[in-house]
Amino acid sequence: MSWDIDSIRRDFPVLSQTVRGKPLVYFDSAASAQKPRQVVEAVDAYYTTYYANIHRGVHELSMRATDAYEAARKRIAKAIHAADPREVIFVRGATEAINLVASSWGRGHLSKGDEILISMMEHHANIVSWQLIAEQTGAVVKAIPMGEEGVLDMDAFDRLLSDRTKILAIGHISNALGTVHPVRAMVDKAHARGIPVLVDGAQAVPHMPINVQELGCDFYVFSGHKVFGPTGVGVLYGRGEVLESMPPYQGGGEMIRSVSIEKTTFRDIPERFEAGTPHIAGAIGLAASFDYLEGLGWDNIHAWEASLLAYATERMEEIPSVRIMGPKDNKASVISFVMEDVHPHDIATVLDAEGIAIRGGHHCAQPLMRALGVSSTARVSLAPYNTKEEVDTLIKTLQKIHTMFAE
Amino acid sequence: MDLSDLYQEIILDHNKHPRNAHDMSDATHSAEGYNPLCGDEIKVYLKLEGDRVVDISFKGEGCAISKASASLMTERLKGKTLAELGKESAFVLDLLSAEEEPELDLGEVGDLAALSGVRQFPARIKCATLAWHAVDAALAGEDKISTE
Repeated sequence: MSWDIDSIRRDFPVLSQTVRGKPLVYFDSAASAQKPRQVVEAVDAYYTTYYANIHRGVHELSMRATDAYEAARKRIAKAIHAADPREVIFVRGATEAINLVASSWGRGHLSKGDEILISMMEHHANIVSWQLIAEQTGAVVKAIPMGEEGVLDMDAFDRLLSDRTKILAIGHISNALGTVHPVRAMVDKAHARGIPVLVDGAQAVPHMPINVQELGCDFYVFSGHKVFGPTGVGVLYGRGEVLESMPPYQGGGEMIRSVSIEKTTFRDIPERFEAGTPHIAGAIGLAASFDYLEGLGWDNIHAWEASLLAYATERMEEIPSVRIMGPKDNKASVISFVMEDVHPHDIATVLDAEGIAIRGGHHCAQPLMRALGVSSTARVSLAPYNTKEEVDTLIKTLQKIHTMFAE
Repeated sequence: MDLSDLYQEIILDHNKHPRNAHDMSDATHSAEGYNPLCGDEIKVYLKLEGDRVVDISFKGEGCAISKASASLMTERLKGKTLAELGKESAFVLDLLSAEEEPELDLGEVGDLAALSGVRQFPARIKCATLAWHAVDAALAGEDKISTE
């Protein structure tokens, strides 16, 4: 495969620094990924050469900005294989996308006794958004439990799907454990009963090519910053006919056809859901990040991440006090682990002192943590810019932690 | 910034062998300290006779810093009057987070000096203050505090 790791690392200027006197090892990409200069440059070019508001000015810069913004929408539609660019709504991130659907779709479709089906393994964004709309409509949130550690119980899923189920909202990949859920099969089962499906793809989009038509889901959401793009921008994909049937989420400029004090009419999708001046620079940057990833090649990315994951897993298993949580196979390049007698925050602090950035905590997945019987875990997430040498540095420090906290 | 300032031997020892780490059925006061950042919970129990702390203990999940701080706290506060407890508590909160690091008289401060290393790790100060805040809450009649 054509994979020049040195050149890839040079694309990420942030990586070539020392932290606490040690070369930075960034293993926290699942929380937020670093930005290649191609993304930074695309944002920079907008701000320095054609900055203007979109969709309203008749002047040259506004038209150029509008073209770039709409080109970004098309670029992202192509990346996720949406049938129509109008199905791509720019939002602040996955969290806002889920809130938009819960609020806009939920108000029209949920009433007392209806059930919203999620899972025990969701990120809080895909739990709390539904609880809020449930509270307002009298609907109930049900959760698919875990079967084996880190894997959804598919028998329970079958039992939980009922005539009361009005929507299924499920993560594509678990942020805390890396588990890849059988989303395609779940969509089919839900659709067989006429139940629409939202897929939270925040953790999937950085690792694999997404084909929303093949998945068949009605909504697919993700955040820009986790896919090497800017913060503050994300995408709600929705099937055209479903989006068309939904009322606006927020009111404001850009989303209206005509306004009078008595009555306002709204524009079609996507503008109906993009009230106010959007994150234009973010959308442009996010399109550049898909250019970058597809330039590396999804097969290459997968091969590199899979080999790093296998190597890191094998080396970590050499340390007797380390226990890796979740499934062994069918997972993204994320390793969630605990160490006997060492709290994840202490692991993260000691690693930080060696220049290694990981996440220690509940990963915004407290119901999952409870189901796993822990309050938190330490999480190493591996990205295309990571190396085996960095894994070796991690292992050396984990061994040190093992000794330090042993009697 | 030195890691051995944070994880001093006393801290590691109290983490591994926490003192007074149990619940208390005849406690007169108790409160739960919750750190929403990490989901850690520590419950503290006090038994007061008059204005004297005749027994104190804690129970819960936590990192080395929060566990050691709670453990050191129970050793320190057992037998103290409420007035003395107030002074100790104020001193430790100062030691951990006051803008100016207080002067340490090691003879007087004893093992609590081990907590001073936490100052250099701002992300971890809330771990160290959790149990102390929980004691204040328990005495104020609240049953739960959050470090937020």
